Amino acid sequence: MRVTVRLFARLRDVAGASELTREVAPGATVGAVWAQLTREFPDFAAYERSISSAVNADYARMDREVRDGDEIAFLPPVSGG
Amino acid sequence: MVTTPLLSIGVEPLRVDGLVSAVSGEGDGAVVSFLGLVRNHNAGRRVRYLEYEAYEPLALKVFERIAAEARERWPGVRFGLQHRIGRLEIGEASVAIAAASAHRADAFAACRYAIERVKQIAPIWKHEFFEGGDVWIEGATADPEDRRARAEAERVACA
Repeated sequence: MRVTVRLFARLRDVAGASELTREVAPGATVGAVWAQLTREFPDFAAYERSISSAVNADYARMDREVRDGDEIAFLPPVSGG
Repeated sequence: MVTTPLLSIGVEPLRVDGLVSAVSGEGDGAVVSFLGLVRNHNAGRRVRYLEYEAYEPLALKVFERIAAEARERWPGVRFGLQHRIGRLEIGEASVAIAAASAHRADAFAACRYAIERVKQIAPIWKHEFFEGGDVWIEGATADPEDRRARAEAERVACA
């Protein structure tokens, strides 16, 4: 199945794209999608303990199962204000 | 008449006066407003300008969440929160907050609480361009369910 990945701030710079489409295995979790991206972009590994994630524009945990067509966002530590 | 959205995110310059009148009613004895400004220095660097980006649909939901949290903690407070994105020059406002209440203590506390929560959980990032380079500012790991962070924001708001 296919998911859309949204990347922000430095993650976007590292990947060179704000949006990616990736094939993931059925039953994959948000964490599995993250692990797949970390293999593709080794610099992502520095965010292993500080990353937040969202599914379809709602905060979600890494153990959340993703569905075909979901939009998965990975959010580095925030700095609004 | 142009209505001011109470919760918004966008590239337009912020107008705190519109937000103040949008939240204030005849039963209010106090309105506290806050403007966050782009300053010309940070961590020993001379800042030239900032670029803000956001995950907008989630940021708006987070603003709604912050407003709901503030209403739960300080019932009766009317509350507005606007954040700007895109390129901001030194001295421009990046965030505007207004909280109106019958009494000043609740208005001050709700306003302070809101900016603390923005910094904790709003999916917004500043890209700092300074003399000699640029850097993404990375602050808090965003976790809206983190009770300790929320308690800390309340503690600061009521200090």
